[in-house]
Amino acid sequence: MSLIVQVIARLLAGMLFLFGTYVVLHGHLTPGGGFAGGVLIAAAFILMSLAFGSVEQTERNSYTLSSVVESLGGVLFVSLALAGYLAGVFFFQNASVYGTGTPLKLISGGIILPANIAIGIKVGAGLFAMFLALGASRFVMKD
Amino acid sequence: MIELYVLLAAMLAAAVAAIEIKDLLAAAVALGIVGFSISIMFILLQAPDLAIVQIVVETLTVVFFAAVILRTTNSDTTLAGGLKRELVLPAVIYVTFGIVFLILMGRVMAELPRFGSPTMLVAREYIALGLERTGAANVVAAIILDFRGYDTLGEGTVLFTAVVGVLTIMRRAGRKERNREARS
Repeated sequence: MSLIVQVIARLLAGMLFLFGTYVVLHGHLTPGGGFAGGVLIAAAFILMSLAFGSVEQTERNSYTLSSVVESLGGVLFVSLALAGYLAGVFFFQNASVYGTGTPLKLISGGIILPANIAIGIKVGAGLFAMFLALGASRFVMKD
Repeated sequence: MIELYVLLAAMLAAAVAAIEIKDLLAAAVALGIVGFSISIMFILLQAPDLAIVQIVVETLTVVFFAAVILRTTNSDTTLAGGLKRELVLPAVIYVTFGIVFLILMGRVMAELPRFGSPTMLVAREYIALGLERTGAANVVAAIILDFRGYDTLGEGTVLFTAVVGVLTIMRRAGRKERNREARS
């Protein structure tokens, strides 16, 4: 891609990633949540890989890494729910396991904040893995 | 209300355009109009959570389409043909079924409460108890990750299945192997 696209992409990608992280972490306070934030994070990665292209080896590495991270996000989400069994109550039990915290503070909502993080990891890595699998190196555009 | 109908009309027009336009990039943009109209509808119906997701996903989708189209071909190569004889019977079946479906749907819709009137008893409970039970200020997050946690788990499973499917079909390693076998 041209120099203009690369400079703008370099400026935007960090902000996109930051905003995605914000949306994930504040999912229990403001609109948004794990899915929206995860897609934003994936968008940051996709923007960079579209603007700069990638050699095949790094692409294959990030492809393996992102599919592993995607599964880890899913495992984290299920284990958060399974913690209810460890505490002797139900699957997906929230308040009595995690506590509700002070409403409107960042640490509140019990399982909702960690579950949002898990979903954000899962969605972000999953979408990026899909993008790479659908042939990212073929999208690399020469000027 | 009127703006919703305007958006619906725009969406219908854009959907038809997406199918009929021969220029594939323009068709992808028309598809984007459909998705962004949905997100505006979500904003008008005061569902910012859904609007955010819809905008982000729609942007990614249009970028995907644009990347693929710029890299491959920009013209619709589907053969345009008139109504063939063997397609007459399926077409008649589809139209008949559509009319029956519309009639039945109209009757069901007449039974439903008026648009926008809150009648959902369970949802009322969620809104009243959400903050107290979960401590989450965003009631949507409280519903999808606490009261309806199983739904979100199912959603995650759907996404996981989609990713696994794409990776299984599209992975480079498998394609390379087959190419090598074909060559040798």
